[in-house]
Amino acid sequence: MSKLKLVVIGNGMVGHRYIEDLVEKTDVSQMDITVFCEEPRVAYDRVHLSSYFSHHTADELSLVKEGFYEKHGINMLLGERAININRENRIVYSSTGREIQYDKLILATGSFPFVPPIKGHESKDCFVYRTIEDLKAIEACAKNSKSGVVVGGGLLGLEAAGALKALGVQTHVVEFAPKLMAEQLDLAGGNQLRQKIERMGVNVHTSKNTLEIAPEGTNARNVMRFADGSELETDFIVFSAGIRPQDKLARQMELEIAPRGGVAINDYCQTSDENIYAIGECASWNEMFFGLVAPGYKMATVAVDHLLGNTESKFEGADMSAKLKLLGVKVGSIGDANGRTEGCKSYVYQNEEQEVYKRLIVSQDNKKLLGAVLVGDTSDYGDLLQLMLNEIDLPEHPDALILPAHAGGEKPTLGADSLPESAVICSCFDVTKGKIAQAVSEGHHTLADIKAVTGAGTGCGGCIPLVTSVLNAELAKSGIEVKSDVCEHFAYSRQELFHLIRIEEIKTFDELLEKYGKGYGCEVCKPLVGSILASCWGEHILTPQLVKLHDTNDNFLGNIQKDGTYSVIPRMAGGEVTPQALSVLAAVAAEYNLYTKVTGAQRIGLFGAQKDDLPQIWRKLIDAGFETGQAYAKALRMAKTCVGSTWCRYGVQDSVGLGSLIENRYKGIRTPHKMKFGVSGCTRECAEAQGKDLGIIATDAGWNMYVCGNGGMKPRHADLLASDLDKETLIKYIDRFMMFYIRTAAPLQRTSVWFENLEGGIDYLREVIVEDKLGINAQLEADVAKLVDEYECEWTATINDESQLSRFAHFINSDMRDENVVFVPERDQHRPATFTEKHPQVKGDILHVAATEA
Amino acid sequence: MSFEKICQISDIIPGTGVCALVNGEQVALFRPTAEEQVFAISNTDPFYQSNVLSRGLICQHKDELWVASPLKKQRFNLVTGVCMEDESFSVKAYQARVTANGDVEVAA
Repeated sequence: MSKLKLVVIGNGMVGHRYIEDLVEKTDVSQMDITVFCEEPRVAYDRVHLSSYFSHHTADELSLVKEGFYEKHGINMLLGERAININRENRIVYSSTGREIQYDKLILATGSFPFVPPIKGHESKDCFVYRTIEDLKAIEACAKNSKSGVVVGGGLLGLEAAGALKALGVQTHVVEFAPKLMAEQLDLAGGNQLRQKIERMGVNVHTSKNTLEIAPEGTNARNVMRFADGSELETDFIVFSAGIRPQDKLARQMELEIAPRGGVAINDYCQTSDENIYAIGECASWNEMFFGLVAPGYKMATVAVDHLLGNTESKFEGADMSAKLKLLGVKVGSIGDANGRTEGCKSYVYQNEEQEVYKRLIVSQDNKKLLGAVLVGDTSDYGDLLQLMLNEIDLPEHPDALILPAHAGGEKPTLGADSLPESAVICSCFDVTKGKIAQAVSEGHHTLADIKAVTGAGTGCGGCIPLVTSVLNAELAKSGIEVKSDVCEHFAYSRQELFHLIRIEEIKTFDELLEKYGKGYGCEVCKPLVGSILASCWGEHILTPQLVKLHDTNDNFLGNIQKDGTYSVIPRMAGGEVTPQALSVLAAVAAEYNLYTKVTGAQRIGLFGAQKDDLPQIWRKLIDAGFETGQAYAKALRMAKTCVGSTWCRYGVQDSVGLGSLIENRYKGIRTPHKMKFGVSGCTRECAEAQGKDLGIIATDAGWNMYVCGNGGMKPRHADLLASDLDKETLIKYIDRFMMFYIRTAAPLQRTSVWFENLEGGIDYLREVIVEDKLGINAQLEADVAKLVDEYECEWTATINDESQLSRFAHFINSDMRDENVVFVPERDQHRPATFTEKHPQVKGDILHVAATEA
Repeated sequence: MSFEKICQISDIIPGTGVCALVNGEQVALFRPTAEEQVFAISNTDPFYQSNVLSRGLICQHKDELWVASPLKKQRFNLVTGVCMEDESFSVKAYQARVTANGDVEVAA
């Protein structure tokens, strides 16, 4: 049997999802697949297009894993257009003259921006906002401009306005309707949004019908003339007044077109030709087309299912509710937001002080939720959406759902149990409650696991509170107790222990064990409590009562190596080192025969030091001005920096200066796991700061702060917490971030994993750190200030304390050294000898050795 | 088999271990608490053939005392030398005692 020939036209978000879904559900090597991608790059995240301006790299937005199409043997025609189709012979003709045969054809041609036929709209100062190429053109134009206008006050228009503001031009929004976001908001909600946006310096002009754009401005290049006789001067114009289905090819080949445009499809996403499917924004189902990505994804799934013979799977319309953040303002719209249903009633809450507006639209009998509008506070969005979608009965007083806590009434929470199995919890990835329940029953019991396995909560993240409550309800139902106990000796989580130690001012492990634990303790709780005692009270790590708690690394202030020797790594804050200090380091390395290597942390490590040599080695280094680098500790390791504006011709800020400052500020503070910082002097990001626990990137206006990135085994791209900070604010935020992590993380949890388990994600972290939602920031800053004040170099303290030094001898009853430490030459230096190199004669029981030398 | 004097009990910080040289063998000596009680097993981590066990953390599991290797955290029983993770990697145990005048002795 010959292979099925499949052609997909369009590689936008939906076209790509179709292929992904297909790869997941069937063996694509049994098909011949060709994909047309008109743009010069494969699918990227159009929803977050404006973030292109903050990152400046198209790769960041890409949705395609490197090598995905090659790996699956899919023929990707980049930059090539399908120009005509012969349905009778089933052939696609391409812009390069190619002819490709198909058995099944998928149209995923998307949409194009609607540009109103205004006189002058073809000027070189007029743009649309849809592709990365559009953004590049806008950015180039903005460089020579002072002002810009976005035509269109809808969702996309405001997104574009955010981009213009980020480019630093005076930004205007011109809207034809009397309010912003006419589709999603009622008048009062639109006004509230307008008030907030204008306060941010964006000028909003509603009820404006643009008649003409002419290059006749006095203070700017162009002037816009409106029907009411008013005028607005601007350097350039971006049209974002809606989209239209891209159905040109379909019209050409005479497929049925819906009355308002778009390729007409049935419930299986088939067009009037059964061998041709249409999905996404180019398709029209029931005379409706959908300009959101979630319905497009759903269509992709349905079309794949149908191709594979599953006729159960159907497209049955889509909910157009949305929760977004536009120009920093939270906006939510659910169902019938404008209250158009006959007989419906409303409940409204408005707080002009905090610029919050909420409205519920309920059915005539007060029983069902029909719609909602949320501006300024969208925390109720998830629950309200579920109430509407699943037609759940409303509580007796529906207004209690949107009143703030200080109003006194208990807010009725939506129990996960009240939702049907089919309830869609994550609409970005179409994850139902049933799917989450199944993942739980398969043994995935943490939020991070659920996110990884089902994909829920990894899109916009708005559903995470609900995912968590479904997870908890499922765990409770199956009788699984989630234990966050640190170990068998303490029935408390690390966070709880932290609070007990703080509040009761507990200073020793024994006191804590007696009051709250049982037994002797173990290799988990002992170092954990040692770390908390150090974070809380700044106790010197070598206090005699603490010695028994620490891993060998903290006790001998070096990182133990496989042969029992230690590393010696002095601090080189920000990666700086003087030639004089470097020569002492070289002399010490030569004298003690230490293997020398530049580490991954922009500093120099000396390896193979026996522990009885450590105090003398460090005395020499400290005399030369070095101090400990805490390379052995669960603490800040270093701040990696690029050269920055002092030398680099691209740099916009002094990254080395800042890196050195923060490394010195936070050094020595014990954290739940090690931490790494990075500081880049411009957006080229040479310090790779976005792969660090804390990443700082210079901008023209200050510093952008990224948190919870990671390299290593499971790389994680850091999230942007705050932008354009001055140095003082930045330090404050870092203080709060560090201490909040120290207080709340699980044992040995890096910031990246801590973040993945944080309900509410980056928004929540921002609320805590920037907005002081928990009211603890003054305390967090005071805690850090105390630790910074009390800092001392652990090695300096150790070599100055005679009583510490006896511990460094290898034997307690002999001056001999460990003769098992043996080196052999390698690449002009040396390495530890293997067992067989040490004992060439041993032939007997080498089973154990073989197991470890592999 | 005779007991050899190693050190004074006060030389070992409660809750920690030290390494002793006994008849050419490296022995890890542990003092789990402030009480005058010690345990002795081989100092060699059998997974790496490195002499490090005296530098591990003393821990309690299954109501018995163990030491967790400082290299990869496998646990060794302080009384028997048995390795919790894999019995085929168990190490030699020694008899150890504290005399009335505070001498720590190991049998070799």
